[in-house]
Amino acid sequence: MLAFLVRRFLTALLSVLLASVVVFSALLAVPGDPAAVILGMNASPAAREALTRQLGLDKPPVERYVSWLGGVVRGDLGESLNYDRPVAGLIGERLRVSVPLAVGAALVACLLAMPLGVVAALRRGTLWDPLVTSLSQVGAAIPSFWLGLLFILYFAVERRWLPASGFVPFGEDPVRWLRSLVLPVLALGLGQAAVMTRMTRAAMLEVLSQDFVRTAKAKGVSQRGVVLKHALRNAMVTIITILGISLSNVFIGSIVIEQVFSLPGLGRLALTAIGTRDFPLLQGEVLLYAATIVGLGFLVDVSYGLLDPRIRYE
Amino acid sequence: MSDAARRLPPRGRYNLWLGGFLIGTIVVGALVGLFWSPHQPNAMDFSVQLKGPSASHWLGTDHFGRDLFSRLLYGARSTLYVGFISVGIALVVGTLLGAVAGFVGKAVDEVVMRLVDVLYAFPAILMALLLAAVYKPGTLTAMAAIGIATVPIFARVARAGVLAIKESEYVEAGRALGMGEWRVLWRHVLPGALGPLVVQASLSLAVAVLAEAALSFLGLGTPPDVPSWGNMLREAQGFMAMSPYPALVPGIAIVWTVLGWSLLGDGLRDLLDPRAG
Repeated sequence: MLAFLVRRFLTALLSVLLASVVVFSALLAVPGDPAAVILGMNASPAAREALTRQLGLDKPPVERYVSWLGGVVRGDLGESLNYDRPVAGLIGERLRVSVPLAVGAALVACLLAMPLGVVAALRRGTLWDPLVTSLSQVGAAIPSFWLGLLFILYFAVERRWLPASGFVPFGEDPVRWLRSLVLPVLALGLGQAAVMTRMTRAAMLEVLSQDFVRTAKAKGVSQRGVVLKHALRNAMVTIITILGISLSNVFIGSIVIEQVFSLPGLGRLALTAIGTRDFPLLQGEVLLYAATIVGLGFLVDVSYGLLDPRIRYE
Repeated sequence: MSDAARRLPPRGRYNLWLGGFLIGTIVVGALVGLFWSPHQPNAMDFSVQLKGPSASHWLGTDHFGRDLFSRLLYGARSTLYVGFISVGIALVVGTLLGAVAGFVGKAVDEVVMRLVDVLYAFPAILMALLLAAVYKPGTLTAMAAIGIATVPIFARVARAGVLAIKESEYVEAGRALGMGEWRVLWRHVLPGALGPLVVQASLSLAVAVLAEAALSFLGLGTPPDVPSWGNMLREAQGFMAMSPYPALVPGIAIVWTVLGWSLLGDGLRDLLDPRAG
């Protein structure tokens, strides 16, 4: 198991390293003088020179990359040009919005998709299956940001049950914090639930057609026992993969949802960074997103190894 | 109807026909929009701001009094254009990378697929954020972002197809006839792997439509002065309390198109690649 873990960890580390090269190269790809592009055409030569020094643009790219990566490893992502503050601190503050949003949406997706997918697979041949399958197909086609707009229209504008926008920190008022997150979490989670339902159904159908399930049924194991002890357990490898993909999807999807509900999270920070051409901030954020996706993939791989010993000896 | 289509299970036939119908209407709408629309898509008329459907404005108007139906037709063109170009880029680049990796194998396979894996860490929105910062946001950066983010899927599908086919007897026969390796790949291996790639193209078009709409909604896609469904939704956001139509119309069009591509993809999979279904 240790060899499997080390191998997978090194692969993930290599992916993050390559992703950091892509992120760092963004500034290199800026056409012309990056300092002039960031500050605009009217900036004085002195201001441009100061920014060139601040960004290290007067040093060779490899030296800059090594120094930037060294900072990243120590948790120092540089200084934001727009906020004049450390990027890591800014990101840390915004995570208080984006993490509950993404985790809440993933939870909603799992809690809906797992039972629906299992029911659709078990009730194949009845009305349940086409009903769940069709609903999930339509649900997967609905953009989360449009669903968010419809929720605002109905629950905030028409009914006035929940706020249309804004965020209240948990420490300030837990109830209002929850109320400010309900609609964004649902908008993000429901679309993901639709995608996950289809995948869970397919995974369950695959397992239910296996010989060991038939054997268990032939031995007189109850339907409940077959599902809980045999089918679900064996479908877990696929379901965990789906969970990993879902978490990545909702984390990225939160960028758009934050814009719909005016939530001060990472996504809005990234859009501000583009508007102000705040490269250190944007690079820090994009690297965090990419590393999170790779990290989730690594955790999925590790859980495979834990759930199915055959995989770790491959 | 072809033999293969006749052999399709009823569900596969239903997917194919319904998906084809939904996409067909969008294509027809986009083509009609090239030559005719009830109004100029950008023509403002402040006497009919935020009106509901009527004889002169079939789907209503937005906050500038612009005709929603005309903008919808124009938006269909933007959606199809961005979708086809970005998925086209991904199809060509991804297939090439995956086919070469699978066909040559060993170190080339390892290096190419490792690089492709890195792209998985950059979904379309993330790639668009980077590209927008470097080159300023626009249709080109949106297409490039969606295209680059879709490359890994095609690379994986092409590689899997090539691996399954490259040791087949008819490929061996090609080699025995003295064909060069690249010719064998081009003439025999790739055509055999085409079915799953076509299916993936349809499914990726669904994702591309969603991504384009999301990027335009964020201001990272089609420029604000060009009518696109994502732009229409962004502009509608501030006026929903006064009229729901500017937000409903483009949203329904997006769902219609995404559903069309995904049903078409499912139907094509049943037709061309039944084992995967």
